[in-house]
Amino acid sequence: MSNLNKMKSILIEKTLKLDCGKEISNFPLAYETYGNLNEKKDNAILIFHALTGDQYASGINPITKKEGWWNYAVGPGKSFDTDKFFVICANVIGGCMGSYGPGTIDPLTNKPIGTNFPVITINDMVNAQYNLLDYFKIEKLFAVAGGSMGGMQVLQFVSNFPNKARVALPIACTASHSAQNIAFNELGRQAIMSDSNWKEGLYDEKSSNPDKGLAVARMAAHITYLSKQGLQEKFGRNLQERSDLKFGFDADFQIESYLRYQGSVFVDRFDANSYLYITRAMDYFDLTKQFNGNLSKAFKDTKTKFFIISFTSDWLYPTSENKDIVIALNAIGADVGFVEIKTDKGHDSFLLDVPDFLSTIKNYLNTTYSNINERRI
Amino acid sequence: MKEEFKVISKFIEERSRVLDVGCGDGILMEYLSKNKVVDVRGLEISKEKVKKCLSKGLAVIEGDAENDLKQFPDLSFDYVILSQTLQAFMSPEKVIENLLRVGKKVIVTIPNFGHWKVRLDLLLKGEMPVTKNLPYQWYNTPNLHMCTIQDFYNFCNNKGINIYKTISLNGEKISNISNSNLKYKNLISELGIFLLEK
Repeated sequence: MSNLNKMKSILIEKTLKLDCGKEISNFPLAYETYGNLNEKKDNAILIFHALTGDQYASGINPITKKEGWWNYAVGPGKSFDTDKFFVICANVIGGCMGSYGPGTIDPLTNKPIGTNFPVITINDMVNAQYNLLDYFKIEKLFAVAGGSMGGMQVLQFVSNFPNKARVALPIACTASHSAQNIAFNELGRQAIMSDSNWKEGLYDEKSSNPDKGLAVARMAAHITYLSKQGLQEKFGRNLQERSDLKFGFDADFQIESYLRYQGSVFVDRFDANSYLYITRAMDYFDLTKQFNGNLSKAFKDTKTKFFIISFTSDWLYPTSENKDIVIALNAIGADVGFVEIKTDKGHDSFLLDVPDFLSTIKNYLNTTYSNINERRI
Repeated sequence: MKEEFKVISKFIEERSRVLDVGCGDGILMEYLSKNKVVDVRGLEISKEKVKKCLSKGLAVIEGDAENDLKQFPDLSFDYVILSQTLQAFMSPEKVIENLLRVGKKVIVTIPNFGHWKVRLDLLLKGEMPVTKNLPYQWYNTPNLHMCTIQDFYNFCNNKGINIYKTISLNGEKISNISNSNLKYKNLISELGIFLLEK
């Protein structure tokens, strides 16, 4: 993969103390940027990716050759308008797109670190990415934004650095991972760990990967990203390239074929151990508990303007959980906007072409950015 | 801007914290934040209108006054505004209680069911009144609890709510309502605007 050489990356030299107690230093953080940082350095937006995302939010991902994961939202003239804003997106630590993770080669053994990699948290991810502000010499970001696990990072970022972003957009997320969320993640992890190729996480990427387990994990997770209605409308009971049932266990139904395809393409771009580590980080996320059961305290020092968005058909991170964040912010008089977008596309709505969602963000960011500038003059 | 909003904004002091309950498209919020340097928040039930507000960068949350006011702490706003929606609630009494809990002062406007045209409709035609301000039929109206300016006066007196000021709006005509002219104003006002305090 010659493209790996072109990948942008910073080496974080200073020590980062992880929540698990271990310390890491001199580790790489891979990132990508879109648009230009202006002279005042007041137009930067840090975007956090979700579970299986990476730094390639927009355009064509040079590694997978597919569209960036948030191509609908990030780009010239789009919601996060790169003609106007400087968008930064990094691969989280624990990830597998150039940042320090279980797939990183340990120079001592010349093998991937595997499950010797420390268990990381959302807090660790955010603290690692904070180094990008120093690197770009940005005093204050215009915005932090992200959906799903990206939204959790937004919440943690504002809590950790209350004065470092003017606007925060946590989308389709939660302040505290629910039992149901943990259950689905555990299902995925068990699928990976019961693949005989997993070998306690010390598999060698070149020879054998726990691809089957990872594919099943992806299939199960994929169902949780869609709504029942969406699935029914898209697939119903349609058969896959056949006129009748075959009385066997091939993919008779289109939905089966679709899920198998989703699983098979996923293993080409994602590392099974990264999947374990990142889902674990999500499960450990409980911002409410970090503040002794009072979520409001997580934001008590912040002047950041919040815009929270949920989706009607998202049952993984439902409106009620997003609203808990709104309530916590209102309790301390924070500046908060909230809307639930009507769509049948499920949790995945934030990644898809949902015009209402995309246009509302675009207008919100543009207006807020010009209001801030007006006030400064 | 609507005459009603002009009256409301005159009530509001500079640099105060304001909550607009049922803020609609955010027209009043925009006016207040530009002209009164107030810190203004909105609560709105319609998704479409919430999206419009957010597109303008306004701090509006989707929700309804009967369920979502409880998340705001006691006296967390200097003013709470409720414009022409009191009659649509299941329990206007509880909403008013909550508004007075959240706001130091409360501004309530009500479409006046005591207006002479309304009275005449019922008297002459024997039909439920349909007017410019109350354009619905009895079977599709969202207005569950219509009242008159006099009714609201009585309500406040019975509940021990202080009425600081009452303004009558009749077309573009703005005038004060006092105890002495209440009966008459109740006949000619299309809208009553009340400034209340617990």
